[in-house]
Amino acid sequence: MADVLLRDVRKQYGSQAVIHGVSLELRHREFIVFVGPSGCGKSTLLRMIAGLEQVSDGEISIGGRRVNDTPAGDRGIAMVFQNYALYPHMTAADNMAFGLRNIGTPRAEIDERVATAAKTLQIEHLLNRRPAQMSGGQRQRIAIGRAIVRRPDVFLFDEPLSNLDAALRVQMRVELVQLHQRLEATSIYVTHDQVEAMTMADRIVVFRDGRIEQVGTPLEVYRSPANTFVAGFIGAPKMNLIEARVVAVSPGQVEVALPGGRAVLAADGRALAAGASVTFGVRPEHVRPTSGEGIFRGQARAIERLGRETLLHVVGADGATLIATDAGDSAVRLGDTVTLAIEPGHGRLFGADGMALPSTAASAA
Amino acid sequence: MSVQAPSVTPAPVPDASARSGGLARHRNAVAGYAFLAPFLLFYGVFLLYPFALGLWMSLHDWEIVGDFREYIGFMNYVELWDDPYFWEALKRTLQFAAMTAPAATLLGLVLALALQKPLRIYAALRAVFFASNIFSVTVVTLVWAMVLNPDRGLIANGLRAVGLQPIAFLADKDWAMPALMVTSLWWTAGLPMALFLAGLQQIPPEVYEAARLDKASRWAVLRHITLPALARTTLLVVVLQTVMHLQVFGQPLLMTRGGPANSTRPLVQLIYETSFRDWRSGYASAISTVLFVLMFGVALLQFRLSRQEGE
Repeated sequence: MADVLLRDVRKQYGSQAVIHGVSLELRHREFIVFVGPSGCGKSTLLRMIAGLEQVSDGEISIGGRRVNDTPAGDRGIAMVFQNYALYPHMTAADNMAFGLRNIGTPRAEIDERVATAAKTLQIEHLLNRRPAQMSGGQRQRIAIGRAIVRRPDVFLFDEPLSNLDAALRVQMRVELVQLHQRLEATSIYVTHDQVEAMTMADRIVVFRDGRIEQVGTPLEVYRSPANTFVAGFIGAPKMNLIEARVVAVSPGQVEVALPGGRAVLAADGRALAAGASVTFGVRPEHVRPTSGEGIFRGQARAIERLGRETLLHVVGADGATLIATDAGDSAVRLGDTVTLAIEPGHGRLFGADGMALPSTAASAA
Repeated sequence: MSVQAPSVTPAPVPDASARSGGLARHRNAVAGYAFLAPFLLFYGVFLLYPFALGLWMSLHDWEIVGDFREYIGFMNYVELWDDPYFWEALKRTLQFAAMTAPAATLLGLVLALALQKPLRIYAALRAVFFASNIFSVTVVTLVWAMVLNPDRGLIANGLRAVGLQPIAFLADKDWAMPALMVTSLWWTAGLPMALFLAGLQQIPPEVYEAARLDKASRWAVLRHITLPALARTTLLVVVLQTVMHLQVFGQPLLMTRGGPANSTRPLVQLIYETSFRDWRSGYASAISTVLFVLMFGVALLQFRLSRQEGE
């Protein structure tokens, strides 16, 4: 069992606080992704779990054991670094064996473990090469192999795919998830790429400025973002966020006025009064051009034809932009005036503080 | 065969561009040489010309003052072969370089490893250890002559304090050479330290972090990560130090005058004395040529080894 428990974990460099009291429970065999913009503290937190950074305050425990003062090598973890961090003067096999040699593992067992890992990762032909003689993707496999052979309780990944090209990244993404499913370990994966977060995670932890903004499964975070930051960060294209005004509040429902019409949303608006300013959020896939009544009217300023669908960037008279989805063979041309409608049952309201109003519908956004 | 295929259909356009390309190349070459000219001039006047003149002189009986110059072919070199003073000086020089260069390398490495931490106190210590490097040989030898002085020197006082007889290091045949080596080490270890510090900075910190996760002991880290990463730097330092210490001169001249009983006279001192005391510049040039060949050999070795390492 290797649950990872963070209790009010803080990190300070001098007077500069970078992690402001993070509490989180990671379950055994879970694949957790820390996601957030650059400088949000996600990598620092990962390095604290690894034992590469001191914990200023709070507690980190792995498998029920407090590890705040445990050296990195004794925490039962293995880490894959962004730039691989392979030992440049060792062959791939030696890179993988180094950690096992250091703890006095018998030679036969080292050979067996390295061979097994090499087979799993299909890197048998690379074992006698040095890092300089390998491509980025091959080096990353060796780095993963080095982590596997140690049979850790927890795998830590620090943006491991960001140095790879796009095609290889997609392939490695799938392989890493499959690998995680085979290994009996917990994985913590740091990335700033929300696509990686969505596709790989059992649960996503969204960070901003050293704080957790939301924890949830990819669909929870996607469908019910806790605030406007998460709404804007998760999803590509991001969620549309436009200013709206509360018209009426009834139990379980809020009616809002939008630039080109009105919408009724299933939300708990008890804290709101008529006339209050709110932010209305809706995913582009739930906004469609219509020939009838709509909530927004504007000019198509940009059109992205993705084949299966077309994204329309529609700019209203007040300058607000809404991204809508149309069919792959959309007839809309640049400069056309378009009326947009929202699919019933979708949309989310955020209060003046940016926090989402509790939804009263079964599914939101 | 496939190489010839494109030439079957020569097009006029590439031809024209080749011509204008040639012109551009020519213009580039002129600009290139213009930029090189100041250096080439300096290199020619202060390096190539004296070197060629030295070789020429070594084939003559050539007095430093006056205009007595007689071509004698390789006679100077033949004389060298039978000159016990030359062999003694060569032996001392090789001895000195063979001991001092590795010791300076090791000392530089140890200092760099000990002082690479990013704290201010270490920065200050780095400056202190490097500072000795910038003193002139006169200052260094003066300081060490005082330290080694058998009457009032630091070491003599230390020996007396523990009830031992002081040693006249510079007047003792067995101690004079080691004393010169220690002096030279103190003087020159700063540069190897600086080079090793630069080498250490090239090692990515993540590699050390990976080693921490791999539970590597300090010894394992040193042996398997740090030292292999410093291989090129080490080679460079050894060669620089060897070439430098083969030219040792100021320390013996000022501290022992080559004595006692010629036990510390190196080649450069022999060259100096032969040319400026005995006026035999031709013969001195022949010794210089031998020293040059020696240093050139060392530099060549470094060149080959570093190329192998690169492959």
